[in-house]
Amino acid sequence: MADNIYLPYLATIEKITQEAPGVKTFRLKFKDEEVARSFEFKAGQFGEYSAFGEGECTFCIASSPTRKGYIECTFREAGKVTSALARLEEGQTMGFRGPYGNTFPMDEWKGKSLLFIAGGIALPPMRCVIWNALDTRSSYKDINILYGAKSVADLVYKHELKEWEERTDVNLLTTVDPGGETPEWKGQVGFVPAVLEKMNPASENTIAVVCGPPVMIKFTFPVLDKLGFKPENIYTTLENRMKCGVGKCGRCNVGSKYVCKDGPVFSRAQLEALPAEY
Amino acid sequence: MEQKYIPSKYMPPKYIPKSSLKAWLAKVKDDGRHIYAPVTENGKTNFKRVKSVDEISMEHIQTAQSAKGAVFPRTEKLFSYAGGQQGDVALQDYNPNDIPDTVVFGLHPCDAAAFKSLSGIFSWGAKDRPFDERMKRVTLVGVSCGRSDVFCFCTSVGGHPGSAEGSDILLTAVGNDGYLVEIITDRGQALVEKGADLFEAAAAGVSKEEHLASVPVRFSVEEVQRKMAGSFEDDIWKKQSARCIGCGACAFVCPACACFDIQENAKGNGAGDRIRCWDSCGFSLFTLHTSGHNPRSVQSQRWRQRLLHKLCYMPDRLSVRGCTGCGRCSRACPVDMNLAEHLKEFERLKV
Amino acid sequence: MNELRSKVKELLGSKEIDLFVGYEQGTRLPRPLIAASAEEADRLIFDENCTGNLAVYLTRRELAGGKKVGIAASYYAMRSISRLLDENQLREGMVKVFGLTPDGGLKLLDAIADVKQHLQEASAPSRQVEDEWVKEIEDMPPAERWKFWTGELSKCFKCYACRAACPMCYCTKCIVEVNRPQWIQPWAATMSNVEWQISRVMHMAGRCADCGACGAACPLGLPVHIIAHKMAEMVRQNFGEPTEKGNVLSTFNPNDEENFIW
Repeated sequence: MADNIYLPYLATIEKITQEAPGVKTFRLKFKDEEVARSFEFKAGQFGEYSAFGEGECTFCIASSPTRKGYIECTFREAGKVTSALARLEEGQTMGFRGPYGNTFPMDEWKGKSLLFIAGGIALPPMRCVIWNALDTRSSYKDINILYGAKSVADLVYKHELKEWEERTDVNLLTTVDPGGETPEWKGQVGFVPAVLEKMNPASENTIAVVCGPPVMIKFTFPVLDKLGFKPENIYTTLENRMKCGVGKCGRCNVGSKYVCKDGPVFSRAQLEALPAEY
Repeated sequence: MEQKYIPSKYMPPKYIPKSSLKAWLAKVKDDGRHIYAPVTENGKTNFKRVKSVDEISMEHIQTAQSAKGAVFPRTEKLFSYAGGQQGDVALQDYNPNDIPDTVVFGLHPCDAAAFKSLSGIFSWGAKDRPFDERMKRVTLVGVSCGRSDVFCFCTSVGGHPGSAEGSDILLTAVGNDGYLVEIITDRGQALVEKGADLFEAAAAGVSKEEHLASVPVRFSVEEVQRKMAGSFEDDIWKKQSARCIGCGACAFVCPACACFDIQENAKGNGAGDRIRCWDSCGFSLFTLHTSGHNPRSVQSQRWRQRLLHKLCYMPDRLSVRGCTGCGRCSRACPVDMNLAEHLKEFERLKV
Repeated sequence: MNELRSKVKELLGSKEIDLFVGYEQGTRLPRPLIAASAEEADRLIFDENCTGNLAVYLTRRELAGGKKVGIAASYYAMRSISRLLDENQLREGMVKVFGLTPDGGLKLLDAIADVKQHLQEASAPSRQVEDEWVKEIEDMPPAERWKFWTGELSKCFKCYACRAACPMCYCTKCIVEVNRPQWIQPWAATMSNVEWQISRVMHMAGRCADCGACGAACPLGLPVHIIAHKMAEMVRQNFGEPTEKGNVLSTFNPNDEENFIW
């Protein structure tokens, strides 16, 4: 792969977890032992995943760089390639190119509190950061997580949500959209921005990381403003259509910035300087 | 007009009589190199691999397509796979040994300059092996322009009908009998040596200037660039693109357009090729997300992307412009989206 | 010319139309002009050299969606307009059609019935060149004909100018872009180029106005309009002229003969 950037690493699907209807997590182990040993990435980076015979698609690495020996990705069955990936079984082979893109500046965040706000299928890019922070827990102060989905069924990483709920060094608040609750549901009911306002987290010395559908982000930013978060202390990841992942195919740019090279991680301050092209 | 010789250790220029030109090319070809040169068929002139140097046509002002296919083919295999999803997939890497040594003969200075634009894109950060391997094996023999048409505007974007930028050798027809030969690079010199006896010393004082087409400067590109960079939200994009029908003709004939798609050529039984093929930022589905969201959902946004990419983003990020003024997009456009005319409008824009 | 300009300015001024799709002088030939102001209307021209089929703009949602549009229509553009109406892509009352009389005068066709009437009365511009092409190609033995078409279509780089220029290609997602399943390989290669042109022309059965815009749009000069022309002729011979009741592609008639499939 050192030579041909388009040639993927081969990886075995070690474990498949059905997270929610149409949403799966794959744990991948690189077939080449040298690659498996030397592969490194940082929180926020993404890759191109191959279903041979169907093509490639783009998503973030959802596991934490602190967990060595494998990578994970979580995806929703939506198009041609994700549907093909979803048909694969444990033990089968797929391809991976990456890691690509920039990273969350976790070193700069040391000594600060972290607030994670995620919606729906956008928890995966954040899960990487959350575990990274939890695995290096002493580097950060308070860790708060607000996660919302359409319905209880749509919540991903249910086992991990339970684990975060039980841990005392992280505070998790889950919510589902009105009508999405079940009789047993003990979490919040309401949209993420409204629940965030009620949650009323402190903004002082705190970094907010927001990932979710555009409409959620649109209504969450003003709440963060109200709570006193400065644009340079709010981070998100952008998703634009990509093919190459390395700044050549011409799709993912927002103005002169390329999501695949300059992103996918942007602070809100950086985002505000970009034209509305994402 | 300022004479633009690129300083070269192979100065002074040489001369080759017209009668010897094809003999030299025949020697180059007999040496095993593929020669791509302009060939006229059914009234259209295009770069084509020639079987015989006699097929080469030198009468055109501009070929319908550029020469970029020599290093960025319209469809290209990136690697192959076998075994499919049955657990054991075997990959076969891109094989550069299949790429022949190639000479592109007869491209104009605008096209030769565009190879620099392409290199800018493909060399940004990660190296693109398929492109690099082809670039390593290609020699560009440019021919200065003795004629131009209303669509040409190289001089407005830093080019020149006699510019040697990008060429390994530049020929300029001086009179009817022969060409002034500027050898720019080692690769050019190596090619000349295939028929060294066919070249003569150029007559003292011979100038290419008087033999070049006169291409008037239409606008100040710096000014256009400056205005354009500040016009993202301006109405001008909508106005200019109203008649654009959203095909990919401009991008595909452009010598500097390099946007591509990556596709799967599945051949059954789990085997197939991963390929890349030309794509265009003008297509409505180019940036469409699977969710249905499209960051560039209307033609004016796509037109804006095309121009900003070439005139602002590329100079900004890659230090090279994405337009060399060849005018092909304007000639090819089914609805006459004349690029020079549109660029000139930016010069007058109040920002 | 002045008559058209003042009429368009009047219609724009009185808001009877929101925009006018016409021609202006282009670099070498007349080219489309989308006029929404009096200033733009002053650039309009309309004469026998204005032959491009402007009906292609009528179904472009971002341009004409929900708008009242005036249009300068060549004979074949009128044919397209008539068929677009039959296919419910245009609404009666939303389009004002300007045609040319044989002596170059301006003719305003307000209702679609007027357009259909005009099409019957006016004589269609000659398709002699296309007929000669078809004859020449049909005279070739099959192997030579195959060589001719694969030779031509091998050059195609799939810019889809033929599709973009066609008023009847108004699908928001074309068959070449459908990838589940992938009916046609999306990259340029001889066989997939042939498949694309066959699919395109099959979808034109009984719908094609035979305007030649596809061929005129091709930046490589490939004679793709000849295939459409042949299809139009074949459908006419076998099924007659299309009516508002539907076209050959989209209607099923148990009595249709199948002897044309060979």
